[in-house]
Amino acid sequence: MMITSNYALFLALFLPLGAAVLLAALRDMPRARDIAHVATAAITFALVLRVLSGFLAGDVAHLYLFDVMSGLPLAFAVEPLGLVFAALASGLWIVIAIYAAGYMRAAEEAHQTRFAIFFTLAIAAALGIAFSANLFTLFIFYEVLTLSTYPLVAHKGTDEARKGARTYLIILLSTSIALLFPAIIWTWLASGTLNFEPGGILQGHLDPALAPVLLALFAFGIGKAALMPFHRWLPAAMVAPAPVSALLHAVAVVKGGVFALLKISVYIFGTGYLSSTNASQWLIWVAAFSIIVPALIAITKDDLKARLAYSTISQLAYVTLGVALASQAGMIGSTLQIVMHAMAKITLFMCAGAIYVAARKTKVSDMSGLGRAMPVTFTAFLIASFSIIGLPPLGGAWSKYFLLLAAADAQQTAMIIVLGVGSLLSIAYLLPVAARALFLPAPAEMTREAPPAMLIPICATAFGCLLLFVFAHDIYGFLLNVPLLAPEVAP
Amino acid sequence: MPQFIAQHLPILQVIVPLIAAPFCALISVRNGAWWLAFVTSLVTFAISVLLFAATFDGEIISYHLGGWAPPIGIEYRVDMLNAFVLTIVSGTGVLTLLYARASVAHEVDAKQHGLFYTAFVLCLTGLLGVTITGDAFNVFVFLEISSLATYAIVASGAKTDRRALTAAYNYLIMGTIGATFFVIGLGLLYMITGTLNMADLAQRLLEHGDSRTLRMGYAFILVGLGLKLAMFPLHQWLPNAYTYAPSAVSAFLSATATKVAIYVLLRFLFSVFGFSIPFEADILFLVVLPLALAGSLIGAYIATYQDNLKRLLAYSSISQIGAMLIGVSMLSASGLMAAIIHLFNHAVTKASLYMVAGAYAKEAGTVSIRELRGVGRDMPFTTAAFVVGGMSLIGIPLTVGFISKWYLVEAALMRGWWPVVIVIVVSSLIALIYVGKFIEAAYMHPAPQGIIRREAPLTMLIPMWIFAGLSLFFGINSSLTSEAAARAAQGLVAASSLIWQ
Repeated sequence: MMITSNYALFLALFLPLGAAVLLAALRDMPRARDIAHVATAAITFALVLRVLSGFLAGDVAHLYLFDVMSGLPLAFAVEPLGLVFAALASGLWIVIAIYAAGYMRAAEEAHQTRFAIFFTLAIAAALGIAFSANLFTLFIFYEVLTLSTYPLVAHKGTDEARKGARTYLIILLSTSIALLFPAIIWTWLASGTLNFEPGGILQGHLDPALAPVLLALFAFGIGKAALMPFHRWLPAAMVAPAPVSALLHAVAVVKGGVFALLKISVYIFGTGYLSSTNASQWLIWVAAFSIIVPALIAITKDDLKARLAYSTISQLAYVTLGVALASQAGMIGSTLQIVMHAMAKITLFMCAGAIYVAARKTKVSDMSGLGRAMPVTFTAFLIASFSIIGLPPLGGAWSKYFLLLAAADAQQTAMIIVLGVGSLLSIAYLLPVAARALFLPAPAEMTREAPPAMLIPICATAFGCLLLFVFAHDIYGFLLNVPLLAPEVAP
Repeated sequence: MPQFIAQHLPILQVIVPLIAAPFCALISVRNGAWWLAFVTSLVTFAISVLLFAATFDGEIISYHLGGWAPPIGIEYRVDMLNAFVLTIVSGTGVLTLLYARASVAHEVDAKQHGLFYTAFVLCLTGLLGVTITGDAFNVFVFLEISSLATYAIVASGAKTDRRALTAAYNYLIMGTIGATFFVIGLGLLYMITGTLNMADLAQRLLEHGDSRTLRMGYAFILVGLGLKLAMFPLHQWLPNAYTYAPSAVSAFLSATATKVAIYVLLRFLFSVFGFSIPFEADILFLVVLPLALAGSLIGAYIATYQDNLKRLLAYSSISQIGAMLIGVSMLSASGLMAAIIHLFNHAVTKASLYMVAGAYAKEAGTVSIRELRGVGRDMPFTTAAFVVGGMSLIGIPLTVGFISKWYLVEAALMRGWWPVVIVIVVSSLIALIYVGKFIEAAYMHPAPQGIIRREAPLTMLIPMWIFAGLSLFFGINSSLTSEAAARAAQGLVAASSLIWQ
């Protein structure tokens, strides 16, 4: 491609905004609108890849817009973690854009244009988070992401949807206003900058005794990471249509949250500062709690999407655990977990949507034998379940492996056990779904598979789970580029 | 000739609207009163902008009325701070008058239009006069001009709701008590110094030292201004006045009247009293700060259970005024800067929100949140302006409210006042509830059966969206407002004798 990396970065961030206007203009032409939506996703993904290839060639893209307040610019810069997240979000967006077109028609949802517009805005916000060059920019896009997804959660407009969306908005906004916002200003006052710097910016500026407090403000303030007890919004958001649950609540929103936490731990605190001050010791235990308890709750849920939501809370806590371990292995484990879980969970949610569209079933107990009518859907469900559990040869195996490695390095024997128990519990809440559907006798009334526009994306991401097992090494190699130490200054 | 005008800008700022005002009542041509008022406001705005530009580099303009030098004569004194406030006031005047044409035609009896615009322009005159003058007694005179005019324009809402009359009467009583307290305070200061020029007062008070008379003067002025600026719990007049006044008036007053009163407070606290005795700072810390904290929480809390949108906004104003006073009572340069920038930010936000309410009153015939369900579909542009303003009240990034809150929290953290940070944050969470309540009703609920609502006319949408646009623009790039507020704060700091952190 002939465009420069900087230009590609600019376009990747702003093309979706322009596309939102285009989608509004195409509201009376559903087919053209859906094609435009998929095309926007594809072009955005290509742009992110262009930025990525530029980065690999040593051309690090950056973009400075202007100062919002003195010393606090709206600025973007590319670094490995953000690239992984951006490629993930924009890549899966293509899949979901296709799936959504099929789902929204098959499920006969209203306001499809509004849906596509806010969807596009949400992805733009996720990319803003991914590429933000400073904490201030990250915070702005974090809030934009919350607000742009609110209409998506409330989409159906029923009392239940309104109630769920209200919970969603109140928890996410209030944690960010009450905890994250003061934490950012505190960081700003302590270190005089909010830029993401290799090795962090707090070393020598923040009393180590206060570091755990600041970390707590960040960890709980980023409500999108769904760390218990601020996890209630995620099950509440399940009233949204399936494509929203699939992309936003498996990829963009929750991953935006844990990604922000990861970025803050690496570039604001600095892994070295966290481990030397033991500031994240307490977070290890909170994360462990947040792995086990939601997994137990998930077992009790009969509603498939609710079960997947609690599974997400549990799986997100793995990322937080990797952050809390504050080591390179932990950081790599966390990033891989973001990728692997995204690929697997998006598959599971798309399957849930396909089941709803084809059979109008939402409860696990009603799905016995359904696999005989919908073999493709449930096979994909099974594959993705294996990836979540962490079985080879699926991508999920690698992230669990690195997290185990990080726990072992940090001599956290208890965490090794927690990780093991977490996997066992995920077997308990995921496998019965596919097993009952595939092996129990079929019900009297027969249904058929969902339309191809939905099945193809499902197969693609299920296959993706397999591919990630093979290509995990490349991601690993790429993540070794993440600068964990401040550059040496010549004396 | 231009040279001559340039020299006399400070007095023209006041005299132009003062002369134009009575003519508004005399013109009998249809809409003539409105045209005259509108053109007058444009001229005053142009003068304010010139003054703002002239003082931006830190220059202080001192104008002597009739050539009589102070302290004998009256001095008009323009620096960064009051040029900033003058621009807010006259700019709001232009936009609310633009808006008023459609809104007032609907809400005020046609026979009264001439008198209405006369009172409106007089109110503008008074507010500008209060802001520009450097003479303490002159402040009182203009404060009364603006207040008396305000009572009249609030009462003119009686066509739509008779309760406007009692609201105006209530406001009259409370406002007069405030003015009386203020003038008693001035009298006490005059007793001990023998002067009424502010700069001169400051100098003599410094030499005077401590005395019971000075303390009494300070207390009277503080309470008097507290009434005018609706400091909790002296705010009782405000909710009714803003609810029943014509919407253009609510928009104008919320953006200017209380803001000017806060300006006068700042001027007296820092430039006149200057904290020459510890008593002054102590009162601020022990009395004003707790009241400001309580006001910002209680005002927001009461707003959450209002059904009348205008009343909801009025209580939100009390909460936001609390936020400004928190900034003032921090007694730090950064706190002061936060208060001043919030003065501007809240003015543009609230003006746009009241204009939204006025558009509903005109097109939907109601400002009850219950009856406005589903209005987002029928009046998309108006309701979108509410979303922008509402986000600013909460303090969502990319709006001016966020900028204000950032500086306020930053200033509180610099002083290490964690509990204050918590109050600020909690009050914005409550704002989330009252703003969210309306937005949910407007977008997520189906409209009641059988009503027809059309989008507001352009003459209402344009000023509304100029304010909404300003709330976005200065929220995205705040360099101009932050710089002006920072310089104004530095000016006040330099004038006082506190030892600054």
